[in-house]
Amino acid sequence: MNGVHDMGGMDGLGAVAREQNEPVFHETWEGRVLALTLAVGAWGKWNIDTARHQRERISGEAYLAMSYYERWLAGLVALMVDQGLVTSAELATGRPELGAAASATPLIAARVADLLASGGPSTREYPAPRRFTPGNPVLARNINPRGHTRLPRYIRGRRGVIERDHGVHVFPDTHAHGGGECPQRLYGVRFSARELWGEAAALADTVHLDMWDSYLEPA
Amino acid sequence: MTDAGLDRRRETHAAENGPSELELRVKALESLLVEKGLVDPAALDAIIETYEHKVGPRNGAKVVARAWTDEGYRRRLLADATAAIAELGFGGRQGEHMIVVENSAEIHNLVVCTLCSCYPWPVLGLPPAWYKSSAYRSRAVIDPRGVMAEFGLVLGEEVEVRVWDSTAEVRYLVLPERPRGAENLGPEALAALVTRDSMIGMARVELPNPH
Repeated sequence: MNGVHDMGGMDGLGAVAREQNEPVFHETWEGRVLALTLAVGAWGKWNIDTARHQRERISGEAYLAMSYYERWLAGLVALMVDQGLVTSAELATGRPELGAAASATPLIAARVADLLASGGPSTREYPAPRRFTPGNPVLARNINPRGHTRLPRYIRGRRGVIERDHGVHVFPDTHAHGGGECPQRLYGVRFSARELWGEAAALADTVHLDMWDSYLEPA
Repeated sequence: MTDAGLDRRRETHAAENGPSELELRVKALESLLVEKGLVDPAALDAIIETYEHKVGPRNGAKVVARAWTDEGYRRRLLADATAAIAELGFGGRQGEHMIVVENSAEIHNLVVCTLCSCYPWPVLGLPPAWYKSSAYRSRAVIDPRGVMAEFGLVLGEEVEVRVWDSTAEVRYLVLPERPRGAENLGPEALAALVTRDSMIGMARVELPNPH
């Protein structure tokens, strides 16, 4: 979707401010939101692409006004309601509904280290075709999906060069929407800064993106 | 207001006015989820403890210092970063597929995620506010030299700037240039010089000022 989250190349969003001695969490609730997101995520009711898309679906004005962990909180609450883990009534009262069955969490403290250390690789053993090899010129397709995509607007319609073959990875555009993993080959693609931003960019500067096969066509 | 500005404003607010509305809201949510058996509060504590005290940029600094002092390791790191980083015991969530890009006198690498805030957690921990800010996400790809200059890193025209936009599950770590004059330092002393920002590409690694 062409949302405000797709920020690459925009102006007017402020200056980059460095903070000295920045704490990992600025407030206690931020750490709790991160931990809740990972712990509820361990139920496996959604995947990382669903979760990212949920945050992208926050209305543009609200998204820009929110801090990072506020977006995580909004995304988590929406996903839990969507999946029936909690109801709107429970969120309003803060208490489980009468008769709601108590669950047994899959993530106890003793399992946290393993969960974080194993992660969730997105590579798959799947015989996806290799349409391109390093050095091939490519064109980023000009597509404007209404749903989740990892093809930023600033790269659509631009010409680049295949630099690396990352193997076969889960395709977020389908995976975010319950459409399955549909693994595709993922490529590292190099674009010259001038191709993206015009003659004002430094001649030798480049921007590199990781792009799924169906984002690309031969150029 | 920038995201970082919002964060600072909230911090001030909490100090002056007691728990914020968000603090109370998150507490209420956590109580509900615990009561329903959906989360274990001890697991939440363990997750926070991990990212506050165990997993952070000191991990990445060890990787960098090892690469500077062990040529065989440097080669393995550039050829297969995930495996080389795992040699030092680091890996997992948000670092499943790692690539290390090396800075030199001719090439400078900078990492961003324009679409969200993807970041190599196992080696750098959770991202700082500036990395997550709309300002950085929007400008790093179109004006990397301007953004770096605002952080005090001014690069000459002869240096080629490569910006890495983390659009998939591949995560990038910058291997900064080893500072001149650090030839006699061992891996531990070198690791102490390596900053988080230098491993994102927003700073050089500097020797401490002798004065």
